[in-house]
Amino acid sequence: MSDLIKITIDGNSIEVPKGTTILQAARMIGKNYPPAMCYYTPLKNTGGKCRVCLVKVSQSSEANPRPMPKLVASCLTLAEHGMVVENESSPEVLEARDGVVEFLLINHPLDCPVCDQAGECDLQNLSFEHGRAETRYEEGRREFEKIDIGANIQLHMTRCILCYRCVYLADQLTDQRVHGVIHRGDVSEISTFIQNAIENDFSGNIIDVCPVGALTDKTYRFKQRVWFSKPFDAHRHCPKCSGKSVLWMKNDQIIRVTSRKDKFGEVIDFICNECRFEHKDVSHWNIEGPRDMGENSVISANKYELPVVSPAVNVDAKFVSE
Amino acid sequence: MARKILLEHIDVPGIQTFEVYRKMGGYEAVAKALKQMSPDEIVEEVKKSGLRGRGGAGFPTGMKWSFLDKKSDKPRYLVCNADESEPGTFKDRYLMEKIPHILIEGMICSSIALGARTSYIYVRGEMMYVIKILEKAIQEAYQAGFLGKNILGTDYSLDLYVQPGGGAYICGEETALLESLEGKRGNPRNKPPFPALWGLYGCPTVVNNVETIADVPWIINHGGEAYASIGIGKSTGTKLISACGNINNPGVYEIELGITVEEFINSDEYCGGIANGRKLKAVVAGGSSVPILPADLILTTASGEQRRMTYESLSDGGFVSGTMLGSGGFIVYDDRQCIVRNLWNFTRFYHHESCGQCSPCREGTGWMEKVLHRIENGHGKMSDIDLLVDVAKKIEGKTICPLGEAAAWPVASAIRHFRAEFEEHVRHPDSCVKKHLHREMAHAH
Ligand SMILES: Cc1cc2nc3c(=O)[nH]c(=O)nc-3n(C[C@H](O)[C@H](O)[C@H](O)COP(=O)(O)O)c2cc1C
Ligand code: SF4
Ligand code: SF4
Ligand code: FES
Repeated sequence: MSDLIKITIDGNSIEVPKGTTILQAARMIGKNYPPAMCYYTPLKNTGGKCRVCLVKVSQSSEANPRPMPKLVASCLTLAEHGMVVENESSPEVLEARDGVVEFLLINHPLDCPVCDQAGECDLQNLSFEHGRAETRYEEGRREFEKIDIGANIQLHMTRCILCYRCVYLADQLTDQRVHGVIHRGDVSEISTFIQNAIENDFSGNIIDVCPVGALTDKTYRFKQRVWFSKPFDAHRHCPKCSGKSVLWMKNDQIIRVTSRKDKFGEVIDFICNECRFEHKDVSHWNIEGPRDMGENSVISANKYELPVVSPAVNVDAKFVSE
Repeated sequence: MARKILLEHIDVPGIQTFEVYRKMGGYEAVAKALKQMSPDEIVEEVKKSGLRGRGGAGFPTGMKWSFLDKKSDKPRYLVCNADESEPGTFKDRYLMEKIPHILIEGMICSSIALGARTSYIYVRGEMMYVIKILEKAIQEAYQAGFLGKNILGTDYSLDLYVQPGGGAYICGEETALLESLEGKRGNPRNKPPFPALWGLYGCPTVVNNVETIADVPWIINHGGEAYASIGIGKSTGTKLISACGNINNPGVYEIELGITVEEFINSDEYCGGIANGRKLKAVVAGGSSVPILPADLILTTASGEQRRMTYESLSDGGFVSGTMLGSGGFIVYDDRQCIVRNLWNFTRFYHHESCGQCSPCREGTGWMEKVLHRIENGHGKMSDIDLLVDVAKKIEGKTICPLGEAAAWPVASAIRHFRAEFEEHVRHPDSCVKKHLHREMAHAH
């Protein structure tokens, strides 16, 4: 018996191995995949929290053609043979998604014009697709002071959507997690354990997994709008991590180093703090070439050409639009 | 007098002690379960009894037990949910305080049936006096050889622990309870897998309410069929109802499932009628999370039948004209009570108690509370009423655990049945605010 099962999402069918979730199957199909704010493939047990990935299962399986009674989180629900799923084709799903986005924006400031994450922010994309022009929310909103949680990272709690990604990352990638969620309900917040600093070698990755701009890189804050910078794939021989990074250039300067994300916005190789925060000199890197940002990224609007000569970056790289 | 199963000996002096409880026939069920029955036979009797979970959802207990993963070679656990936090519900603590051994005996019998060697009673931390009572009862049971190694000389051994919780409503949700019991933050788990497959420490686990477990010794002693002969249809046996609000006799009552709501409210054996000769306005029948019903609909179903205290009759009409038996927290409102204020109070609770894991509940409960607070304090707008309905709808069915529904249903039902009252608040803000001021001043004096 084959271990492949067939699932249909918005009319597109695919055969996937048993144990594949609806979200992963949709990503394999490659179109109409549900958005995800809390689920993160490389981090175990994430998902289920933000509820933006809810979909309708209009047929549970071939053996059980009944629909599921409620919308389900596609990031956690396993595909069954003969399952039929409605994502963007279901008005009910879209209404629920509008609702979730509205909830998320209650306490998330629309400070995209000054936020480092603008241009790479999942919530910004979602509000573009599902947001309303005007808010229905008239009550008070949460306010927080910004907090330095260690030498490299600043926490802007106002922007946090409590997806728990940074917590799972710290749990799974570092030896001693010193931060987590405190309090409950809408006063929950990300915090370190009694004024602790987050200083382990891989802490910088929490910035990369944050779907919004709540965790910011102190070496990069306010240096540049992301769509004006030029990302290059580069690597260095690092004893701690793979060293596979993206260098974000402003003219001939490295203004930010991040890990590489796939087209679903997920990091494949997490990098160490040394690569991220301490190597801002071009001569430290082997530059592979301009990073392919994919069609949907605002960054790809600024196509630039270059023949890059390693080890020094080609400072003459130009924006096509220039 | 109606038949009693749990409260039969409640008035016997000293029934809190092992000695008196034993004299009244206590712990006979343990002997029978160990010496005359196989674990599967016990499960079979519980199935036959038709006993449904008394914690709120009303899921058939025997069926839940039979889902327990027997193939797993991991230990199995029984966990008693004594968190009891649903506003309006105060039956479990009454039982544990007055007659603790009935729960201990139930825990032993149920653990035998499930093959559990270690079991826990998870008690709301604030109820320290109950915890002390239970600990004393457990100690007595150990001394008498009903707990510990080789119970009654058989090869069955069981350890029973009481675990105080942190005092959060969400820790009553069974998977949040298990997280908390494991020493973690009380966040509900995503389901599936259900506890029967993946429960405490990842082992097969059954979580049952105090009252559910306390019913088991009687079922073992008298047989499942005897239990099933009490009650009506799929609502078998008796049920503890905690009644409060504007009634003459607030308290905890054991009813035979099937008596009419009218009898429950008016009979002297139970609530004793509405206090001060006032009129009945509305009832929340099963703890604060179930839909509120106005007087006419709580006494008679939409199809004109007398409403009964059963799972089926109370939910007749669905959420359009029905409600739920829930946990049995019966809150009665007379004609002076303000629905908006009451709803604001409930919503304040759910806002405060949301664990905050999932976005619709975390943000939605707070939003509803703030809008209700405005309406109640004379700053509401007509559009707020539909806004509330819409926010409730966007929470319901979208969350990880049922707290989302628990917060949304009261809002949806109060507006469905009492919209005029919300509009009145918006139209005449002053009179509502004044009314409350008067009432608060009257209370103060
Ligand atoms: C937010 C929330 C709070 C709950 N609180 C309690 C509680 O205090 N006591 C209880 O027995 N069940 C409570 N429940 C129900 C439990 O999750 C579970 O269904 C029950 O303990 C199962 O026992 P039963 O089958 O014997 O009813 C709660 C559920 C939710 C969603
Ligand atoms: S700080 Fe970012 S990653 Fe962490 S919980 Fe908040 S939004 Fe998620
Ligand atoms: S519904 Fe509310 S209480 Fe339940 S998991 Fe979500 S946030 Fe927590
Ligand atoms: S991505 Fe599925 S719930 Fe967050």
